[in-house]
Amino acid sequence: MKARVFVTLKPGVLDPQGKAIRQALEGLGFGGVEGVRAGKLIELDLTEGTSHADIEAMCKKLLANTVIENFKIERQAG
Amino acid sequence: MKSAVVVYPGSNCDRDLAVAIRDVTGHEPAMVWHRDTELPEGTDLVAIPGGFSYGDYLRSGAMAARSPIMRAVTDAAGKGVPVIGICNGFQVLTEAGLLPGALMRNAGLHFVCKPVGLRVENNQSIFTNAYAAGEEITVPVAHHDGNYQADAETLARIEGNGRVAFRYIGEVNGSANAIAGIINQSGNVLGMMPHPERAIERAHGGADGRRLFMGLLEAVA
Repeated sequence: MKARVFVTLKPGVLDPQGKAIRQALEGLGFGGVEGVRAGKLIELDLTEGTSHADIEAMCKKLLANTVIENFKIERQAG
Repeated sequence: MKSAVVVYPGSNCDRDLAVAIRDVTGHEPAMVWHRDTELPEGTDLVAIPGGFSYGDYLRSGAMAARSPIMRAVTDAAGKGVPVIGICNGFQVLTEAGLLPGALMRNAGLHFVCKPVGLRVENNQSIFTNAYAAGEEITVPVAHHDGNYQADAETLARIEGNGRVAFRYIGEVNGSANAIAGIINQSGNVLGMMPHPERAIERAHGGADGRRLFMGLLEAVA
């Protein structure tokens, strides 16, 4: 089975990279981009039957720094 | 004094830190590899150096904070052994949960590498007792991820308990409250972005970092 973990900065945490991306988009002539926040997508290849709790523990212990980041788990069948 | 310098793949200030400790204290530190599971018997100072441990993969300090030696470092910190983390070492200590908050990408997005002015905010700690309260010193920084952030409640707690050791004079990297270095609640763990080991003799352009190690020697020995 596979799972995708989305790691995003918590609301309110300054994201200098997102800000730079927004400015670059603006420089390329894309108007109307009011904000950009950059995060990470981590794809996990897991043994069948790995529990949601296990994946959550992985997120809390390593994949996300919960001081500044939120995470979202998306399990994919097959 | 029996100090230990922890070395990770990608550390690059480990030797400078060892030289500073040896120079100031007269004792050669043990170099401890990240895969080791124990600190040398009787270690009375643990130093975590700067660099780019594990290539800064995932987040600065994230992998190093979960390496085998960190269990021993956490145990030692819990028993009151002084632990100092400099630059990447500070990032490792926050990732390991030994210090609150996190170090994010510099607000200006640039790698900042220059001597900066610091104010000694608290000279009552084992790390800062050789400085005067409010003293202004110059110590080099060299980092990309030195932007210290914590939630409002944590910041208020740190400030209220006098746990800010050093504060930047002027804007450096966007850190909340211009925090350059903090101490843990029990007073035996310090994390700081500036490099005192790069300012221990005149030839370095300044020796303001030297007294940090002198103070530690005094406190530990």
